[in-house]
Amino acid sequence: MRHTISLLVENEFGVLSRISGLFSGRGFNIESLCVAESLDPTVSTMTIVTTGNDAILEQILKQLNKLINVIKVVDFSEIDYVSREMVLVKVNAEEKTRPEILRMVEIFRGKIIDVSSRSYTIMITGDEAKLKAFISLIKPLGIKELVRTGPIAMARGERMLKIKEKTDIKGGESNG
Amino acid sequence: MKRTGAQIFVESLKAEGIDTIFCYPGGATLNITDALTDISEINQVVVRHEQAAVHAADGYARASGKVGVALVTSGPGATNTVTGIATACMDSIPMVVFSCQVNTMLIGNDAFQEADIVGITRPCTKHSYLVRDVKDLAKIIKEAFHIAASGRPGPVLVDIPKDVSSALADFKYPEKALIRSYQPTYVGHPGQIKKAMRLILHSRRPVLYTGGGVILSNASLELTRFAEALSIPVTNTLMGLGGIPGNHPLFLGMLGMHGTYSANMAITESDLIIAMGARFDDRATGKTDEFAPHAKIIHVDIDPTSISKNIKVDIPIVGDTRNVLIQMLKIVENEKETYRQQHRNVAEWIEKITEWKKNYPLTYQKNSTLKPQYVIERVYELTKGKAIITTEVGQNQMWTAQFFKFLKPRTCLTSGGLGTMGYGFPAAIGAQVAFPRSLVVDIAGDGSIQMNIQELATAVQYNLPVKVVILNNGFLGMVRQWQELFYEKRYTWTHLHSPDFVKVAEAYGAVGLRIENEKDVDKVLKEAFKNKRPTFIDVHVNPEECVYPMVPAGASLKEMLLV
Repeated sequence: MRHTISLLVENEFGVLSRISGLFSGRGFNIESLCVAESLDPTVSTMTIVTTGNDAILEQILKQLNKLINVIKVVDFSEIDYVSREMVLVKVNAEEKTRPEILRMVEIFRGKIIDVSSRSYTIMITGDEAKLKAFISLIKPLGIKELVRTGPIAMARGERMLKIKEKTDIKGGESNG
Repeated sequence: MKRTGAQIFVESLKAEGIDTIFCYPGGATLNITDALTDISEINQVVVRHEQAAVHAADGYARASGKVGVALVTSGPGATNTVTGIATACMDSIPMVVFSCQVNTMLIGNDAFQEADIVGITRPCTKHSYLVRDVKDLAKIIKEAFHIAASGRPGPVLVDIPKDVSSALADFKYPEKALIRSYQPTYVGHPGQIKKAMRLILHSRRPVLYTGGGVILSNASLELTRFAEALSIPVTNTLMGLGGIPGNHPLFLGMLGMHGTYSANMAITESDLIIAMGARFDDRATGKTDEFAPHAKIIHVDIDPTSISKNIKVDIPIVGDTRNVLIQMLKIVENEKETYRQQHRNVAEWIEKITEWKKNYPLTYQKNSTLKPQYVIERVYELTKGKAIITTEVGQNQMWTAQFFKFLKPRTCLTSGGLGTMGYGFPAAIGAQVAFPRSLVVDIAGDGSIQMNIQELATAVQYNLPVKVVILNNGFLGMVRQWQELFYEKRYTWTHLHSPDFVKVAEAYGAVGLRIENEKDVDKVLKEAFKNKRPTFIDVHVNPEECVYPMVPAGASLKEMLLV
């Protein structure tokens, strides 16, 4: 099963390699990983999309929590959340296909952010399903290059990732 | 007054109460080496190989309960520590390794004696630091010692570039390490403990399965009291030996691949396993699907990642084993009447176990040859179990675990998780430094002892009267045993030529003794234990002896090959 995990980590040298090393060393899977500074410049937010059964996911969450530089770990599969990703697509833009491309970009509320005599570079944001739909529609027109950010996620409503202490993984196991 | 990084290092160690370091110098250590001149508060033991510095710090830590400290130079000095660090990490030993590094300006340039040791050791340390500014040095040292010793202990590496140790800064050692992202759980959840106690009360065939966590949290007294209060038989992992006296009536011996018949059968037939500070390692569990098939499992561990990793657990309790045992004992104390009946409930079970113990004791075939098991039995008898024992890895380690009855915690120092040959001798040196008056004995094999034999020079230089009993069978015995049992006796690579260990010892300035038959064992061992010098005892044992019982790899615990 696929899971989106959010982490707050110390914004320090070497933290990313501790996390990626943990995944590779223990044979866990990373589908995507996004990281950047948070509102508090001493902290980075990281969004990881991973797959695994319940036992593997339990280990992933526990092992991440165990890293000294990890402040907080949240698995979004138990929480109502929103998630968005951005994709940049460079497509062939011939005289006759341009109107079609423009129409599609409009429907998907994307933007053309670069133009050349033979190509458009399109930016689209959205959830996975939307990006997938867009890519499959634009594909027949000839995609030259495609770059995705991987999703970032946030809980809905008032819920927030706060720095206080590490999360409980399963009720009762930890009273930390 | 400003101080150099090297002075800050020395002052920080003093403030931390560190009285011993195991070290080896090099170009990058020079600032620190110089700052340690005439610092009599810190005993500085210079070894002959950096791996041994780390194993010695490890042996020092295991025997004393204090944090072990090693200090090495950059590049090869640092890379030589990796096996030692990985050994300590697998066995959760509190340790801080200081590696020196090339100048910060040179880092990443493939400079002379440069190695990315923080990167290399990342998966085998609890945490690591590269000090990039001398202003952070004291704070990092404080944090390193805090992380190493707290929670589930482990090795921490601190890499100090040479220009950091020469740069100037104000010195103030922090009183506390405040790490917002690191707060280990020490006290068990009361609700979980209550649930666990209820299960215990309803069990008829309970077993306590305890590991290194009991030793590390100094919980052996509480464990023994708890087992006695409820009549629960106890089996130990290799790391847990000494957690309950080896001659205690409730003790079943070690479990697992070379565990006793009674321990492995008790696990298999149990209806409740109470795991404490043990991590269900494959050598202990055998085939996991058939591990304790009838039992519910309570697991007490300070490290949440150990829980439900290999075996699904029914009642997890995160906490320090000693704290949890104290909490559990309190419940027993408060409800004396209720718990008293438990002795009756398990009477039949205890009887069954006693029967197993009687019918299938640990044994070996006695004949005209000199048996390694006999040698270990004699070491136990002659020391009255009061020695600190280290082992190497292989048959010597398993026979020691079986035939030496560890009466106290912190007397069995062995590389359990990583299984590092060459561990025992330097670890014995470390233990001897911690306890100069104790008898420290390394039970070795002729293969393992060659892996750090150069430390004879260290033992002689510092007059550390470590005794090394070499069970010399001319083979890498454990690998040979597998070849005998599973590879039709093709002894490829395992038949080793060894030097004359008596002469080697003498060449280094130590004492060398030899035993070739059974009647000399007591006489020579007594002589060795009496002298005050480092001593090798080369014991020529039966070359093709095997360790039994044995659970073949991948089989379930009840499928034991017996003698």
